Amino acid sequence: MKGNEAIAHAAIRYGCDGYFGYPITPQSEVLETLEELMPWETTGMVVLQAESEVAAINMVYGGAASGKAVMTSSSSPGVSLKQEGISYIAAASLPALILNVMRGGPGLGTIQPSQADYFQATKGGGHGDYHLIVLAPSTVQEMVDFVGLGFDLAFKYCNPAMILADGIVGQMMEKVVLPEQRPRRTEEQIRQQCPWAADGRKNGRKRNVITSLELESARMEVINHQLQDRYRRIERDETRWEEIDVEGADYLIVAFGSIARICTKAKELAAEKGIKVGIVRPITLWPFPTEAVRRAAEGKKGVLCVELNAGQMIEDVRLAVHDSLPVEHFGRLGGIIPSPEEVVEALEQKLISK
Amino acid sequence: MKEEIIIAGFGGQGVLSMGKILAYSGLMDDKEVTWMPSYGPEQRGGTANVTVILSDEKISSPVLDRYDIVIALNQQSLDKFAPKVKPGGILIYDTNGIHNRPTRDDITIYPVDAMEATLEIGNSKAYNMVVMGALLEAMPYKLPMENVIKGLKKSLPERHHKLIPLNEQAIEKGREMLRK
Repeated sequence: MKGNEAIAHAAIRYGCDGYFGYPITPQSEVLETLEELMPWETTGMVVLQAESEVAAINMVYGGAASGKAVMTSSSSPGVSLKQEGISYIAAASLPALILNVMRGGPGLGTIQPSQADYFQATKGGGHGDYHLIVLAPSTVQEMVDFVGLGFDLAFKYCNPAMILADGIVGQMMEKVVLPEQRPRRTEEQIRQQCPWAADGRKNGRKRNVITSLELESARMEVINHQLQDRYRRIERDETRWEEIDVEGADYLIVAFGSIARICTKAKELAAEKGIKVGIVRPITLWPFPTEAVRRAAEGKKGVLCVELNAGQMIEDVRLAVHDSLPVEHFGRLGGIIPSPEEVVEALEQKLISK
Repeated sequence: MKEEIIIAGFGGQGVLSMGKILAYSGLMDDKEVTWMPSYGPEQRGGTANVTVILSDEKISSPVLDRYDIVIALNQQSLDKFAPKVKPGGILIYDTNGIHNRPTRDDITIYPVDAMEATLEIGNSKAYNMVVMGALLEAMPYKLPMENVIKGLKKSLPERHHKLIPLNEQAIEKGREMLRK
């Protein structure tokens, strides 16, 4: 099935309580598939096409505040509209899942694949000092798996998670194994898992207040420090990446999402020419696998960052390796997908022939 | 076994759905598969193409620049993709509306008149399955017909299952057309 369809199936099977979205290419199949599957008749999951992206993200804010497992999805321009709500959800320490199937920008841009929202996703696209947990799927199977992982991490840390996909993995079809259907949590289970939830005061419990507003600066500083402590814990425990033939390689490619697969093919083509290439594929873009990239780059002749943007992740790669070796960028822009051959050419031109 | 295939033509010729049926057929034959379309406005007019990879092993890149098999259903697609057939590979193209024929001698070229074969069946919607038949006949990897039927069932909505015999007939027609 298609990556976008897989997201819809995975959400229902996870026991998701609600999806709030607004159509935009290349991810409209998420909403369409949910409408087709009609989970409100089976699991009771709410599926709602909101009047706008802003409305959708604020419905997610409300759902999350009541302890529900809720999500939204959009593509680049739509995700920009959601940024205010995302900042509020992060500030209020609420779990939620946001899918961005990136398209070429800036502005309304094209509808073809891109990875140009890396900065927005990993550096805080909205205002304030906050982070999303950002997962980058490279296969349709990972689209499925990261719905579960994203919700699990979001609830574990009370922090919004984002699946940062691109048009390729959203639109392509592959073989997938769907997880077993999980029942949605009961009201009682939600109360136990989320004692902070604004789910109606019962049995004399104290009032739960969920807000991102704190007018007293000293209190706001404490809240910020709490957030930062959480981010350090997430960095320590949740950094994920994949390494492909890093040992014994002369050059390292760092690439995420579907582009990492194009680079895997490029690695095979390079091997035919006698060029040994290893790949590090960050799976969590935040937290970035800084230590893994540093270790993988040790003893290599150079690093090529391949991204569908003008050079965004390369900043994190450069920070990881501290100028200890040449780091170059290769990317196509505006929705163009590079072929494996182009990646090999870039490697030869930018690193090997120098 | 690994077949890297691109099917390219006009939007509306059934390019994407042919790719989908091919991918599902491979899936039913227990292969790893990817189906990567060109999507968006070109689906409604203009050119449409889809890359399908069938393999025994895990597939790396779903996007390619060189193909084992190219199927080109208009001049534009032929011009664009004929140079991208790997040496020793296969090019199948529909001769309708083709002015500039491909000249490569390092690949196997099958010019076919799929439109005429389709008209003989009497249902223009079967066009893409005639082409599919030609592909199945030409492809070194022999996909068992029973798995193609399963693939058809899997990719067509149930209300269209009554059309499976017609599709089967079209595939057979396509095979014959290629053998000629």
